Amino acid sequence: MPRFHGQSNHAPVDIVNQLQKQYVDYLSSLFHEGVLDDQFTQLQKLQDESNPDFTVEVATLFFVDSDKLINNMAAALERSPVDFKQVDADVHQLKGSSSSIGAMRVKNLCITFRSFCETQNYEGCLICLQQVKNECAVLKDKLQNLFRMEQQIVGAGGSVPLMD
Amino acid sequence: MARNGVASWRRRSSDQFDDPSPCGSEDVHVLAVDDSLVDRKVIEHLLKISSCKVTAVDSGIRALQFLGLDEEKAAGDFNGLKVDLIITDYCMPGMTGYELLKKIKESSALREIPVVIMSSENVLARIDRCLEEGAEDFIVKPVKLSDVKRLRDFMTRDVGDRVRSDGEGTTHKRKLQESSDVSSSSPSVSSASSSSSSSLPTTPSRSPSPSPSVSLSEPSSPSPSTGSSGPCSPSSLESPTRRLKMTSCCD
Repeated sequence: MPRFHGQSNHAPVDIVNQLQKQYVDYLSSLFHEGVLDDQFTQLQKLQDESNPDFTVEVATLFFVDSDKLINNMAAALERSPVDFKQVDADVHQLKGSSSSIGAMRVKNLCITFRSFCETQNYEGCLICLQQVKNECAVLKDKLQNLFRMEQQIVGAGGSVPLMD
Repeated sequence: MARNGVASWRRRSSDQFDDPSPCGSEDVHVLAVDDSLVDRKVIEHLLKISSCKVTAVDSGIRALQFLGLDEEKAAGDFNGLKVDLIITDYCMPGMTGYELLKKIKESSALREIPVVIMSSENVLARIDRCLEEGAEDFIVKPVKLSDVKRLRDFMTRDVGDRVRSDGEGTTHKRKLQESSDVSSSSPSVSSASSSSSSSLPTTPSRSPSPSPSVSLSEPSSPSPSTGSSGPCSPSSLESPTRRLKMTSCCD
């Protein structure tokens, strides 16, 4: 049984275990649903003592970036005539950054989105834009849950399990 | 787990600091070029965690400024910080990574600096073009720690080895030769648009002609100087290197 030292607010071990199990289950479900892919695990592995919040920081950057890109896309699609090349360039960017953080569903939506840009399919683009917006919102929500669970584990004196 | 892996790797690489290569005795300084904020953060961290000093810039122009090229200084390290490796995204607005590569290789002061290209698109013609222009390697995004480790190992090796096309069987060279036997009859592993859940590590090659027996003559996509359209259009071709990468270890 691990011994804790120096911390005054650690919970009993079985609470930590429970939190850890919940965390693992939740994260596993995100992989199963295809919300996240292995690249996310890659990023988690990069956290260390000198960069304990790396994943949170990258995720934050992603959402700042994606919000901006989505707004650009929406604006471009509202213009007349629509500059599909510009929309495509923004989708390409979003595809890249979602891929870099392991946001698989967002990335896949971007792939579909790009094909509509190429064929200059306006309705298709609008649908994809909405889907991308939704998916980013879902992702944000789920990652916030995940990070909160991490905080709870650490706050209870445990360590965040690393998925394989 | 991962921490132990990184720690033991660091110990191993510190042994290599004894070799006489120019970048062997101190931390490797990498100039990372990427217009994406997220990717810059990731590559910067990957490099730092691999004991590299990193300077990250968001465009080819800024990269050239940092390297002192635009001011036509004679010395490549005029700014006092010698750059040991340049790693750049391919698709960037303004100056693409390919154009940056060309400028660096055209400069007598800078051409010795190895340049690695990163791209989210696994396009064989693009890879070939970059390698022919003198890129050391081509990494398909998303970049992983194993990609950076491989680069790091390469950096601490003797500089002279880089230009040998029959280099002592780096694992990637071997795999490339193995896969080229199977060549174009292979089934596609995943869609060309890299939607598989196991993102694949780097496309390796050290020699200038990476695909000796695989000749996919695809219509080469035009590469205008504006990065936002032409060069970044997705490939419709399977690259044999995708299959190649599946065989290498995904951490």
